Amino acid sequence: MTGDLLLGPDEIARTVRRLAHEIIENNRGTDELVLIGLLSRGYPLARRLAVAIQEFEGASVPVGSLDIGLYRDDLSNRRLRPPSIRPSDIPANIDGKTVVLVDDVLFTGRSIRAALDALLDFGRPARVRLAALVDRGHRELPIRPDFVGKNIPTALVQSVRVRLAETDGEDAVYVLNSEATHA
Amino acid sequence: MLEVSERQAIGDDLEQPARWSRKDLLDTDTLTVAEIDLIMETAEAMREVRARPISKVATLRGATVVTLFYEQSTRTRASFEVAAKALGADVVNLTASGSSVEKGESLIDTVRTLEAVGADLVVMRHGHSGAPYLAARNTTAGVINGGDGTHAHPTQALLDLFTMRRRLGSLDGRKVVIVGDVLHSRVARSNVWTLLASGAEVVLCGPATLLPRSLESHGERGSCTVSANFDQAIEDADVVMALRIQKERQASGLIPSLREYISGYQVNGTRLERAKPGALVMHPGPMNEGIEIAPEVAHGVTSVIEEQVANGVAVRMAVLYLMATARVQ
Amino acid sequence: MTGQLLIAGGRVIDPANGVDGKLDVLIEGGAVAAVGAALSAPGARRVDAHGCIVTPGFIDLHAHLREPGFEQKGTIATETLAALRGGFTTVCAMPNTMPAPDSAPVVAALLERIARDAVVRVLPIGCVTRRREGHELADLAELAAAGCIAFSDDGSPVADGRLMRNALALAGAVGLPISEHSDDPVLNGDGVMHEGRVSERLGLAGQPAAAEIAAIARNIALCETTGGRLHIAHVSTARSVELVADAKARGLAVTCEVTPSHLLLTEDAVFGPGPEPAYDTNARINPPLRTEADRRALLRGVNDGVIDAIATDHAPHAREDKLCEFDFAAPGISCFETALGSIGLVVSRGELDFARALAALTSGPVRVFGLAARVPGIGTLSVGARDVVVFDPEARWTVDVARFASKGKNSPLQGHGLCGEIRAVVAGGRLAFAPEAVHA
Repeated sequence: MTGDLLLGPDEIARTVRRLAHEIIENNRGTDELVLIGLLSRGYPLARRLAVAIQEFEGASVPVGSLDIGLYRDDLSNRRLRPPSIRPSDIPANIDGKTVVLVDDVLFTGRSIRAALDALLDFGRPARVRLAALVDRGHRELPIRPDFVGKNIPTALVQSVRVRLAETDGEDAVYVLNSEATHA
Repeated sequence: MLEVSERQAIGDDLEQPARWSRKDLLDTDTLTVAEIDLIMETAEAMREVRARPISKVATLRGATVVTLFYEQSTRTRASFEVAAKALGADVVNLTASGSSVEKGESLIDTVRTLEAVGADLVVMRHGHSGAPYLAARNTTAGVINGGDGTHAHPTQALLDLFTMRRRLGSLDGRKVVIVGDVLHSRVARSNVWTLLASGAEVVLCGPATLLPRSLESHGERGSCTVSANFDQAIEDADVVMALRIQKERQASGLIPSLREYISGYQVNGTRLERAKPGALVMHPGPMNEGIEIAPEVAHGVTSVIEEQVANGVAVRMAVLYLMATARVQ
Repeated sequence: MTGQLLIAGGRVIDPANGVDGKLDVLIEGGAVAAVGAALSAPGARRVDAHGCIVTPGFIDLHAHLREPGFEQKGTIATETLAALRGGFTTVCAMPNTMPAPDSAPVVAALLERIARDAVVRVLPIGCVTRRREGHELADLAELAAAGCIAFSDDGSPVADGRLMRNALALAGAVGLPISEHSDDPVLNGDGVMHEGRVSERLGLAGQPAAAEIAAIARNIALCETTGGRLHIAHVSTARSVELVADAKARGLAVTCEVTPSHLLLTEDAVFGPGPEPAYDTNARINPPLRTEADRRALLRGVNDGVIDAIATDHAPHAREDKLCEFDFAAPGISCFETALGSIGLVVSRGELDFARALAALTSGPVRVFGLAARVPGIGTLSVGARDVVVFDPEARWTVDVARFASKGKNSPLQGHGLCGEIRAVVAGGRLAFAPEAVHA
């Protein structure tokens, strides 16, 4: 398939660093901060954010991964295949913490709704923030991001594909114009 | 409306995980390696769910799981019930008395009634081999075989495999000895298929009257052999799985006495020394301690019998999840 | 019967008379009047038998008509119609009915029903023991006088060796054979299919071949001791055939039969054709379908003439008798209407000798039960014979149980392709079945 390249490796790296700065500023430091990436591509982004934060602040921030497959509200949607389910890994007690949920693409908001449900099964954070590398719009739920790498207006028939070195062997963000195959 | 910097070909990075497309899970015999892996991976995630402070999700909210048991089994039923509830499904437990067949209520009537009242999945335990196949052919509900006669017990085999894989990693080339009344064991039979698919070397061991000799096979991956000599069979085993011996076998003359059975086939400390150091000890339960398995072994350091029970819930969650979500596709 | 019927242009095979040729058969006055080349019969109704085989009507030594007592499974009317459509013009009715024909009045009542309802000749087999319970002998001489042509407790082997010995002696004294379902119930235990590869795979209790073999060996020994006539019903193992061959070689009055089901199918039919087991209850029969090696030995037995007869063991069952757990399923196959097609299929594969098979459906059974003395011309196309079958040996067709005349739709052959189809049947001198072949 073909896609239009929107962000390359350098732009992604710059975006991650900017997001890291914004998170630190918003949180007034790294105290009580936990980064939790949605599987699959939110998790490597969370790890990259943690590396950047460590570099800027000298503080190590716990990073976790969250699988939202069991919390999706679209399991009865016949067009979608049921997600494969992976273990979540929440590193620390999240009670009273500031949890930043990290995802690659923010779209309808349903994944984040599911992630909030999943997160609350692990504890009661004081605050939950949302960071996304790309916001492509078309929200279906009243959810808005706190930290956005890049706003990309898209048509519904398009899809946005984030590829990361950790999962896909390259850093790139594409917009696909063919079939709406968002994972 | 897009700022296009470059148009180029990109690889199809969509994950294509094996998907579940079966209506029923009746045995492990026709499961592909990919399907087994899918169950194992999903079970790993379910195990993580079970470890959470709130070990319950609402994924199967609105789905109805019926446990239809024609035979007593607190363990398997409880395991399925806990699994279904941990996924948020509604659970209805039905115990069909042994005499309901004589009263004329046929199995088909029963499953059709369950379907009509909205059962999505029926977990069925039955004393007669093949009964779940009959049920599955006559209902649109998904049927999970929770043990049929002396035929199959697929979720037990899957949880056994899950337990072994967690402890040993790959089973390729591992030696698994299953000892006891293999001929009448649905657990052994279903284990043979998953273990062969995993590349294990399976040895079925027991008194000559209780061995299904025709299950010997030497496939491309694993192999299955049959032996009446436990002391030889156990040598270098990675896993020793004891089966429950039914006391009726003595009455029907298949074993002369429990005493003779114990002397030849009990899994005990002395025998275990012939296996590989650290060999896993397994038992599908309920155990007759002191008969097919010595207490010091059943509760010994290499025993994973309690893990089997805990893993049973995760594996059954995985099966219920895969089957329930496949149903709406 | 008035008028003439000319069956013209077929290949006439009459095993009893050693006839095999392109001949016509003329029926006149309800019996065969002539068999010859290019017979002329102006004004006769004609059955065009080109491309067909013309033989004596088939004789089935072993069938279950279910009436009286089990009319939900089959009646004399429905099952004899099924027999007719399958080419069987004479069927010997097994006595596992309710009441069982264990006394003259029951036999007389049965004969009345037969006279009223049967569309082919039905010959009753009497019980060996009262109520077929295996405890006390029935009055065998009385049953013989009442019209029984043989004795059997079919379905229930006579387990008690002493009782069997006495039965063979007493039946022998009145000149009738005992058709024995030779099996050892203790050795069979709870078995529901052949003990072996498939039973172990399916976790079903097995019936070991040894149970049949041991019972046959015992019964042959008792036959020798008493000088009685022993007919072994539905042999199913390779060793069974050897035992019968050995008994015959020593001059004993031992005969045997095989079913078309055992000639065509094996234990694999229970598993079914798919990757997952079917637990096909329609493939549950007694004795069970056995191994491929057994099946080949049975075919050899027919080809060598050791096996005297092909008998159907037609056993219709009601739907619910089979639509249940395998262990609870009633044993038996409804096979009047698939018998010829099954035999034709194994013939077409080159496994079964065609002439031997026809003999085993006609002259063989006559000899086994000594029927020639009772029914003139039976099993032959001699002048005076009243039963003729015309069939197309090459016709391929697919089994659809919904089209069975039998009440029993229980067939493991549903959807299978068979070879050989009945075109016309003359039963008792009357053209009783001719779906398309008649020309005025």
